[in-house]
Amino acid sequence: MILSNLITVILFLPAAVALLMIPISDDTEHGKSNVRNLALFGSLFTFAVSLFLLFQFDTTTPDFQFVEQYAWLGGGINYKVGVDGISVLFVILTTALTPVAILAGWDAIQSRVKEYMIAFLILETAMIGVFVALDLVLFYVFFEAGLIPMFLIIGVWGGPRRVYASFKFFLYTLLGSVLMLIALIAMYGISGTTDIEVLLREGSFGPAIQTWLFLAFFASFAVKMPMWPVHTWLPDAHVEAPTAGSVILAAILLKMGGYGFLRFSLPMFPIASDMFAPMVFALSVIAIVYTSLVALAQEDMKKLIAYSSVAHMGFVTMGIFAANMQGIQGGIIQMISHGIVSGALFICVGIIYDRMHTRMIADYGGLVNRMPVYAFAFMVFTLANVGLPGTSGFVGEFLTIVGVFQVNTWVALIAATGVILSAGYALWLYRRVVFGELVKDALKAIPDMGLREKVVMAPLIAATIILGVYPIPMFDITAASVENLIQEYRADLAAHYGPDEVMVAEAGLSLRLTGGVE
Amino acid sequence: MYHLIVFLPLAGAIIAGGFGRFISPRASEVLTSGFVVVAALLSCVALANVGFGGQERIIHVLSWMDSGALTIDWALRIDTLTAVMLVVVNGVSALVHVYSIGYMADDPHRPRFFAYLSLFTFAMLMLVTADNFVQMFFGWEGVGLCSYLLIGFWYKKPEANAAAIKAFIVNRVGDFGFVLGIAGVFLLFGTLNFDEVFAAAPELAGTSMTFLSWQFDALTVICLLLFMGAMGKSAQFLLHTWLPDAMEGPTPVSALIHAATMVTAGVFLVCRLSPMFEFAPFALDVVTVVGATTAFFAATVGLFQNDIKRVVAYSTCSQLGYMFFAAGVSAYQVAMFHLFTHAFFKALLFLGAGSVIHALHHEQDMRKMGGLSKMLPWTWTLMLIGTLALTGVGIPFHVFSDLPNIGFAGFFSKDAAIEVAFASHGRFAGYAFWLAVVAAALTSFYSFRLLFMTFHGASRVSEATLKHVHEAPWVMMVPLILLAVGAVFAGGLFAEYFIGYGEREFWRESIFVLPDTHILHDMHEVPKWVKLSPLVVTALGLGVAWYYYIRRPDLPPKMAAREGLLYTFLYNKWYFDEIYDFIFVRPTVWIARKLWKVGDGAIIDGLGPDGISARVIDVTRRVVRLQSGYLYHYAFAMLLGIAALITWFMWNTAGGAQ
Repeated sequence: MILSNLITVILFLPAAVALLMIPISDDTEHGKSNVRNLALFGSLFTFAVSLFLLFQFDTTTPDFQFVEQYAWLGGGINYKVGVDGISVLFVILTTALTPVAILAGWDAIQSRVKEYMIAFLILETAMIGVFVALDLVLFYVFFEAGLIPMFLIIGVWGGPRRVYASFKFFLYTLLGSVLMLIALIAMYGISGTTDIEVLLREGSFGPAIQTWLFLAFFASFAVKMPMWPVHTWLPDAHVEAPTAGSVILAAILLKMGGYGFLRFSLPMFPIASDMFAPMVFALSVIAIVYTSLVALAQEDMKKLIAYSSVAHMGFVTMGIFAANMQGIQGGIIQMISHGIVSGALFICVGIIYDRMHTRMIADYGGLVNRMPVYAFAFMVFTLANVGLPGTSGFVGEFLTIVGVFQVNTWVALIAATGVILSAGYALWLYRRVVFGELVKDALKAIPDMGLREKVVMAPLIAATIILGVYPIPMFDITAASVENLIQEYRADLAAHYGPDEVMVAEAGLSLRLTGGVE
Repeated sequence: MYHLIVFLPLAGAIIAGGFGRFISPRASEVLTSGFVVVAALLSCVALANVGFGGQERIIHVLSWMDSGALTIDWALRIDTLTAVMLVVVNGVSALVHVYSIGYMADDPHRPRFFAYLSLFTFAMLMLVTADNFVQMFFGWEGVGLCSYLLIGFWYKKPEANAAAIKAFIVNRVGDFGFVLGIAGVFLLFGTLNFDEVFAAAPELAGTSMTFLSWQFDALTVICLLLFMGAMGKSAQFLLHTWLPDAMEGPTPVSALIHAATMVTAGVFLVCRLSPMFEFAPFALDVVTVVGATTAFFAATVGLFQNDIKRVVAYSTCSQLGYMFFAAGVSAYQVAMFHLFTHAFFKALLFLGAGSVIHALHHEQDMRKMGGLSKMLPWTWTLMLIGTLALTGVGIPFHVFSDLPNIGFAGFFSKDAAIEVAFASHGRFAGYAFWLAVVAAALTSFYSFRLLFMTFHGASRVSEATLKHVHEAPWVMMVPLILLAVGAVFAGGLFAEYFIGYGEREFWRESIFVLPDTHILHDMHEVPKWVKLSPLVVTALGLGVAWYYYIRRPDLPPKMAAREGLLYTFLYNKWYFDEIYDFIFVRPTVWIARKLWKVGDGAIIDGLGPDGISARVIDVTRRVVRLQSGYLYHYAFAMLLGIAALITWFMWNTAGGAQ
């Protein structure tokens, strides 16, 4: 029973737990702790169930698996869910990081605990929904619905400028989603179906309309990524969000953009994707260099990490639009890794914020003297952020550079400067916060990480290192679907431009040698 | 056995690092040192098996990456080149571990120190046993990390932190080239495994590729990019600025990482990739020029430094230059030989300097030393041996007769480097030769200057320190003695196999040279004056040093006080730090701030959301009075949007069905 409806179960478990929570009163300490425990165990249980998905996943086929389909709104619109090699890892990332986020906000949130936890669980359902939806309307519903709890989390439990931050977030996203909505309607108008699987299999939009559809989706995904120059909402949102909100925002919400490119832009609008690839490359490398430099100048820890996120997402978009195995697999792995690492970095900031109530770098210094365990954890994630080989951060960054080098060496060259700049801002941050003498009076009694914090950090450290040394499972899971995506993509391009334009190199990698526009 | 050699240090690092707080510091020290000593002994067995027994092999450990045509494994590639490095790395590391037990005895963070040392050893072993570019890069960055951690080991010192970051970032500049080089290899060869790349290199020689917007010879571009990595790691000219600063770290670290092992990784890289560099003659020319320039440049800077460790650091930089130009003229064996002997005598010099510093309670300024030979007779003797080995003192019987040459280690390896530069027909071999000879004179001067300033003449040590001057304990002395044995004998004993008539049998497949290159043979045919020139200039350097620091010790301070142009220029290291600060560091910081405040703040936000929101707020103020709860309005608007969409679809599909 569970296995046949596995995805639906995973999808709605968090929402069901949220429903259960409604009658509980959180006026007393006892009530608060009940709420917290319920949220934690609910999300852990969801994670446990989602592991079945991983174990039962067939890595040999590029097709959608665990597909469920029911009539929903009548007509052509169905409730249809399923996963393939591209989406399954994101589902696991979501279910794995939600309990982490809940645990990270354990003590920091004291007001309206119940509403807070409900928002998180609803958010989890929405996020999983985005990754499993196989119907355009369903996708859109989850895509938008996820924003509501996120707004609330920032706006209710956030910092002093929370209204400005969520307003900015809203303006950007609104622009993107309106355009995407129009595109969705147009797609339905042209093809007569909202079934993503069908659209992927048969959908071939004409080159002219592809351009418009691509741009409309691009507006939405680019804001989500976020790509330069529509990234400025992210630092503000992060700064104002509570720790757990930042974790989810950085770890999962940002991945929806990249996932969208892989699910829609590349396979459904291949000609437009090819045409706009140079633009994406340009924006990606600008993002890498520009935001890395901006990160260097930051005085607020959360902003610094937020800007570094934008730079890392630049590698992702660059890899995806390189449209070869290394680029796309690198992009996916970079997203998974960034989910873990940036989430962990925000928790690192949260840990000292909870103690000192300041995020200013200048207010810290010499923490290693009092907090050796914290210093170690922070170091691991700093190194992963820098892309040190042996951590998960390296694999994706390296592969995207290798992938894009085959397409455009300029892009690879500029992107590789990110290797230098990231070392600059990350190590400098670490030095200012952790190293040095502990001279500030306020810090003299700061305690090291407690048990709860260690429990949060341990699995993240393990994941960072294991996925850095042995990322093979991620390669296996994504290989078939990505390969299929690339083949279809190339076939579409070949059909459009004529086969001569697409040269197949020895390694089985095709290299676009000429940029035919016809 | 090879698993043990590589993974014992890792095990030591994990135990000392993770559980050092639960077991005693002494247990951490003994455990890590014990593990590395075992690994060192096994490494010697490995060299015997591989170098002299011909048992090469590749051991698969674990898969790492598998993306399309790109498959990477964790593997141990064992051939002579690796085996030599295993002995160097584990040998020096074991001695440094033991030495550190004494040197660091008063430090409260010993488990952490030994964990870092062992972790470094592991990363270095991964580098030298790599069977593909990516694992090599893992080791490459891994040693960089450990170097960063160890330079900044005393994290309370701001200079140590600054030096650590500088080392990491300058290395990253090199690694930027390395990564692109790896990507280029994959583009050209479709694989990143050494065996496949090396097999295909002859065929692909001469292929051109578009790099950036121009056509280049593919192998040349790739080799130059990879060499950029080597320049960073080996502190070659232009990317050398981090090495002297790295002396902020504890002295055993300088000996292990910044003299004997990590900094030689660049040389190892070029030798390992000899099957590629051989087909990229222009890249080899660049290697030659950079190597020779560094050999000369670093020696000039070393002349007038007053910090004992910095002198040795510049000396290291200079000697690495010798290795590079030797490799650049296709004499990879000579480069490896000098790497091998250099590891002994340079580690000896560093650890000897460490003994002095230890004895003087962390005094590093040579102007405050002098006359220590009586108080530290053992250290003095050992430092003398190290100096003689570095300057390459020996008796060249062979030039005049059939008797074999006798001499210290450097006599065999450094002179060989100078001779191959002369014998080579490369375009820049002459340049390399003359700079190398001049650098040899300078080397002799600064080495003996160090010795004289530290151990001879009148003591300038303060009274308070003088009372406590003591010879180092045996746990520090024994490693020094073992290194001294190497510094004396490693040259004469191994010359035959590394660069003599037995070299083919010894290196076999691990080093590749084009079939028509006979540089190692030609080396023996050079004129007598060439063979004697290093000795002559060394004597000259010794003479000058003796005159200034023994005969007329009053002169140098006067000359320093006069601040002559050349002296100031050299004393300030050719002003590289200042120039880099001016053209890289300051502009970067300035641009960073501008991008943030103007780019993000004024332009993007100003024209985008803030501008729009200002208008929106204006409008909404007029239309509705919004007291609070903006947020719920957005949420509501969004719900409305979804509702509108669904309505539209339902209406549409319903309409379509009829």
